[in-house]
Amino acid sequence: MRIRDWGSGIGVNRQSIRNPQSAIRNTRIMITPTHYMLLSAALFMIGVIGVLVRRNIIIIFMSIELILNAVNINLIAYSAQLQNVIGQVFAVFVIAVAAAEAAVGLGIILALYRNKETINIDEMNLMRW
Amino acid sequence: MGEAIAFYFISACILGFALLVITTRDTVHSVLFLVADFLFVAALYVLLGAQFLAAIQILVYAGGIVVLYLFVVMLVNLKRPPEAHSDPHRLTKVGIGMSAAVLLELGAIAAYSSQLPATPIAPGAAMPVTGNTEQVGWLLYTSYLIPFEIASMLLLVAMIGAIVLAKREL
Repeated sequence: MRIRDWGSGIGVNRQSIRNPQSAIRNTRIMITPTHYMLLSAALFMIGVIGVLVRRNIIIIFMSIELILNAVNINLIAYSAQLQNVIGQVFAVFVIAVAAAEAAVGLGIILALYRNKETINIDEMNLMRW
Repeated sequence: MGEAIAFYFISACILGFALLVITTRDTVHSVLFLVADFLFVAALYVLLGAQFLAAIQILVYAGGIVVLYLFVVMLVNLKRPPEAHSDPHRLTKVGIGMSAAVLLELGAIAAYSSQLPATPIAPGAAMPVTGNTEQVGWLLYTSYLIPFEIASMLLLVAMIGAIVLAKREL
């Protein structure tokens, strides 16, 4: 496996005492797991907005795929940081569950469309209380 | 330096395409933007040294799931755009506000955990194989054999369920 050196905050501080310029350059260039976590959070939020705001049920399902991708980015970023492949194994399971969810969900969409002639979730209110 | 440039470029592309997926009116365009998004996520996996996951991402997501979505978009006749019907009870702003709360919460967790002292790196169990694909496969067929079999059963059940749901009459 590739050896990655992401460094810790303590190391950066100690370096900045000795040589402030190089420390600033290092902190700017370095990509830490926090960067990946923020990217993952932003992608997750875009998916949540898609689920909550859109009315087209196909686009809602695509937003769920975006959310699962955000989870996978987190798993793999920490797998790379801890130099441990188990995170990637779990990402494989997440992808398998996503495939199953897409197949069943799209089957449900087709069955609903056959009955109600719509893909607008606001019109799918048979079970609304 | 190169890693930082690649990370920021790929991140910008991922977030931009994700925004296009949820804002485009045309559902077919939305599916195509989803393909581009999945490809850039695969590029991010390569950047993280997970080549096997990148290949799986392209094969399963960009190749399989997206084709399913395109089939459904074709089968569902979109004569009337679904967004034309407006529900006065729908609270779009509340949805965006709640999503922003989720982002704030996740950002706070990230900021808090980045201030903690770095945990000592736990090296993985000694494996008799080297290389990303070999290691993932070795773990899948030794320590995670039972979850792997359960996942295959789940896929089988999902396949049967999708056929039963989508078939006109059994």
